[in-house]
Amino acid sequence: MDILVLLIPVSLGLGSLGLLAFLWTLKNRQYEDPAGDAARILNDTYDKSPGPARASKDEI
Amino acid sequence: MAYVETSGAMACPGCLVAQLANDPITGKTAGANETTHLALPSAHCATCIQTVERGLLTLPGVAEARVNLSLRRVRVRHDPTVSAEQMIAHLATHGFEALPLDMVALSGTENDRQSRELLMRLGIAFFAMMNIMLLSVAVWSGATGVTRDMFHLLSGAIALPTVAFAGQPFFKSAYGALRAGRLGMDVPISLALILASSISVYETFHSGEKAYFDAAVMLTFFLLGGRYLDFRTRAVARSAAQELTALEVPRATRITGTGTGTGTGTGEEIISVSALRVGDLVRLRPGGRIPVDGVVISGVTEIDRALITGESLPVWAGPDSTVAAGEVNLTGTLVVRVTAAGRDTSLRRMADLVAIAEETRNRYTSLADRAARIYSPLVHILSFASFGVWMVLTDGDLRTAINISAAVLIITCPCALGLAVPAVVTAASGKLFRAGLLIKSGTALERLAEVDTVVFDKTGTLTLGFPQPTNTKTLTPEQRALIAALAAGSSHPLAQGLRNLADPAALDDLTEVAGQGISARWNGQQVRLGRAEWVGAALGQQTATWLRVADDPPVEITFTDQLRPGAKVLVQGLLDQGYDVHLVSGDVPAVVQDMAERLNIPHWQAQVLPAQKAEFVTGLAELGRRVLMVGDGLNDTGALAAASVSISPASALDAARVASDIVLMGRDIAPIAAALRIAKQARRRITENFAISGLYNIVAVPLAMVGLATPLLAALAMSLSSVTVSLNALRLK
Repeated sequence: MDILVLLIPVSLGLGSLGLLAFLWTLKNRQYEDPAGDAARILNDTYDKSPGPARASKDEI
Repeated sequence: MAYVETSGAMACPGCLVAQLANDPITGKTAGANETTHLALPSAHCATCIQTVERGLLTLPGVAEARVNLSLRRVRVRHDPTVSAEQMIAHLATHGFEALPLDMVALSGTENDRQSRELLMRLGIAFFAMMNIMLLSVAVWSGATGVTRDMFHLLSGAIALPTVAFAGQPFFKSAYGALRAGRLGMDVPISLALILASSISVYETFHSGEKAYFDAAVMLTFFLLGGRYLDFRTRAVARSAAQELTALEVPRATRITGTGTGTGTGTGEEIISVSALRVGDLVRLRPGGRIPVDGVVISGVTEIDRALITGESLPVWAGPDSTVAAGEVNLTGTLVVRVTAAGRDTSLRRMADLVAIAEETRNRYTSLADRAARIYSPLVHILSFASFGVWMVLTDGDLRTAINISAAVLIITCPCALGLAVPAVVTAASGKLFRAGLLIKSGTALERLAEVDTVVFDKTGTLTLGFPQPTNTKTLTPEQRALIAALAAGSSHPLAQGLRNLADPAALDDLTEVAGQGISARWNGQQVRLGRAEWVGAALGQQTATWLRVADDPPVEITFTDQLRPGAKVLVQGLLDQGYDVHLVSGDVPAVVQDMAERLNIPHWQAQVLPAQKAEFVTGLAELGRRVLMVGDGLNDTGALAAASVSISPASALDAARVASDIVLMGRDIAPIAAALRIAKQARRRITENFAISGLYNIVAVPLAMVGLATPLLAALAMSLSSVTVSLNALRLK
């Protein structure tokens, strides 16, 4: 049972890592155009400014 | 922010630029970085993104173009030398239909913020749910004693802050409902969340067996999921439909000096329409929408009243004619004395009528409301009843009684009920969005499903509003070349239909005679294209224009309004499915009858006034019919609002679009049939979903009431019902 002392913090830590990653993507506005992002990957040109983040900052 | 132009745009793009650079109204000097948003209803693939973005970048002055495929719009950053009209015209050459969007920056970002906030709460609830589930599995599989207590403690440490934070939308709305003296869906939800959390805390500190932390968090997660879906669907529709602005005139040219001639140069200023007063003189240039009601002082022109009255043929206007706001000045410059401006214009008065008619529609009770009305009191009664009964049975064992009533609340809690409607509506509006239809109102789908009668407007709805010549085959090649050349000199709708008739002949002295037609010299002879009276022909029955070469007898070119693509298929499909189809138009009987015969519409009425249209729809409603009104003009707005559900094309006048529940984005009208089918299916799915969640409750609630409920059972019932309901929603074809 001692292993729980290690396992529970580890599992919670991994979980919160996932949560932080999610919050980061949210803050980075990666959910504004899911359909577009899925389609853009098929374009062979290099996307210099991926995501709407940069351009819309001044609009807020 | 889209800066969408004023009356002079089509006549002179140069003036527009000058105006933009130093806006006389706001006094704002436009910077090098304007942002314009355009709606792109037909964009759907990776290639579309590339075509649109690259296409726009080839326009000089465009710095950046970024397509948002999910919202079907493109954001363009550009300097003030490019106008929205130029971009739209440019995109049209690439085969994309584009419409200007007026992003009132505030409402756009406000929606955006709310949606991201909900998503964040959802993410946190998901994290908490998964971790607590991990701990709960250990408890369910038989952890006892200190281990169980520790796991409960840990779960509580995760669950309490999560419920407190992620549950806020429910608490807020429950508080609002209670203050208004109502029992909404959110009151039992909040009660369940609070009761489950507090009883679990108590149990944890008394080494109890049952803690419902997992249930509380799971409840929060699933309900937030439903809430988020609901919010997104509505936000997308709301923003797209409301920000679609037609080229309304926000400003007008007021004549300040004494000159009332139609020439330019006398003192004039460009002012906002709201600053106009009765008695002011306003100059109206061709191609612009008329901003006020007024009387013509000087100038002659032709006026397009299609959106206001439904007449497909432009009418002549000269001194002493009256013009109304919303009409389009086609060929000549006018000076008009204002008789009504701003709020008093006929346009605005009609819009007010719409507001009144809309109130009746707001009384519609949706399926979700009806379900909540039955459900909400039932939950409370069941929960309190089990509390009371167990208090008596156990001789006042408060702990057991509260435990059981909390279990009842948690199990009956409307996870599936909360998802039942949003999941289906999201799936359905996604389907409709792909078909080119935007749903503006949450209950529109349900109302659409009940429709049994469809009423169409003619001009601009079943037709495109662009007349097409019908007898060009009988013309000689020479006549065709002349017509094409003459027509190129006018922006009149009849002339535009003739432009591509043939390669234009070479003409000299091409001049447009305002309100009459176009004349020119060809091989030393005078050639004229225009009104029957002007070229000296007898007025016929049909919409027509006349060509006269020198003193030869005039040649008639007859027109018919071009059908909107898909109109024939749609009407036939509706008739086959047993809908009652009507055609009600403000146009002359001959044209309406012809249209009804072409489309096979059994019932038609012509020369119907706007108020009569609304009465006609109300009359049908009084007979117990559920009417779908499809219309685009101002004359339809009353009827659109009076109908139980209404659709208008994106080309419609603002007022009409505001009054309707669904906006048709493309030119093709056929998707309306798909909308009816999807709506019916969606309604069936919603009812099924209610049945499914009811079934789960019927099985689980008795178990909870006799005290057999365990946290495991609660978790199973909750997740299973939510998943079934979501899957059922996805079956929508």
